[in-house]
Amino acid sequence: MREEEFYLALKACGIDFATGIPCTVQKRILEFFLADAGMWYVQAAREEEAIGIATGAYLAGKKPIVLMQNSGLAGCINAIASLCIPYRIPLLLLVAWRGYPKDTSEPPYHHVMRRCTVPVMEELGVPVHIVQREDPTLALSHSMEELARRRIPAVILLRRGIFE
Amino acid sequence: MKRYEAIREVMTSLPRNALVVTSAGHISREVHLIGDSSRIFYMMGSLGLASSTGLGLALALPESAIVVMEGDGSILLNLGSLATVAHYSPRNLTHLVLDNAAYDSTGGQPSSTTTVPLNRIAEGAGYALVLRASSREALKNALQKVWGEPFPGPSFVLVEVERGSMRERLPRVPRDPGEIAFSFMRSLGSVSPS
Repeated sequence: MREEEFYLALKACGIDFATGIPCTVQKRILEFFLADAGMWYVQAAREEEAIGIATGAYLAGKKPIVLMQNSGLAGCINAIASLCIPYRIPLLLLVAWRGYPKDTSEPPYHHVMRRCTVPVMEELGVPVHIVQREDPTLALSHSMEELARRRIPAVILLRRGIFE
Repeated sequence: MKRYEAIREVMTSLPRNALVVTSAGHISREVHLIGDSSRIFYMMGSLGLASSTGLGLALALPESAIVVMEGDGSILLNLGSLATVAHYSPRNLTHLVLDNAAYDSTGGQPSSTTTVPLNRIAEGAGYALVLRASSREALKNALQKVWGEPFPGPSFVLVEVERGSMRERLPRVPRDPGEIAFSFMRSLGSVSPS
């Protein structure tokens, strides 16, 4: 699957508002957000700020997505714990999972968060779905189902090289 | 001017159907005591994110007056949001900072706004209208300007207030966060009444 199909799958889920901080792993997907006149993309200055912006958009009736890499997700822990979960703000978080593939050139400053990303989200009670090459939209459909049913954020983890 | 006097002035001057986001700590508690409403989003945790939530609301609801009311400690946690707000420049956003130059909710420790003028940071970022008020009269005049028609914003009002609260022990906002969000959304039609 290519990025374009994944982007269209996001749109088909009703996603109509995006914000976040760019990551190289999401460069191609971001191009579709930026080029789409029917999509809001708000460039935040910090990931936690993006959680705030997306929360405002959700309260206003939008269906937001937040894009970032997992290093930035670490800076969102309090916003998820004290805003999204207690206020029941179901945000879709598309997170680049840096540190993969392990055996190549991913730099050492990504190694600790690579390992901690899933356990930290599990401790928070935030569902995590990992995008698989065979069917990238599966992680999306599982996440959308959890957003609707549990009204909490859900994380989709995207490793480098998933799309052809 | 006491903080609660400033809040009272703001609450009585709000444009019709305004939506308000208040920051964590004593500001939310005083706003709740002065006048609770389903159109107030009390952000009781996440200190620093009130301005960003206000920005998301303002962009998604361009016809509604969006009012952010936060303290100096709150905006200092998210100064980047001043750049983001100024960059997107929603005309319907009013950003009020109640500046007592202290972390008053936690014991009055001095903040950096003791020396740093937040209004000049907002001006430098590019807010369309930046005002400063340190008396009730000045605040009243400033609010008349920012809430004139059509919206001239985004506007920033630095409201200089004294330390101290309307009561020695301010009660917490006695509402459930999930209910606050749901009532807020229902009041603006994002969810249908059930």
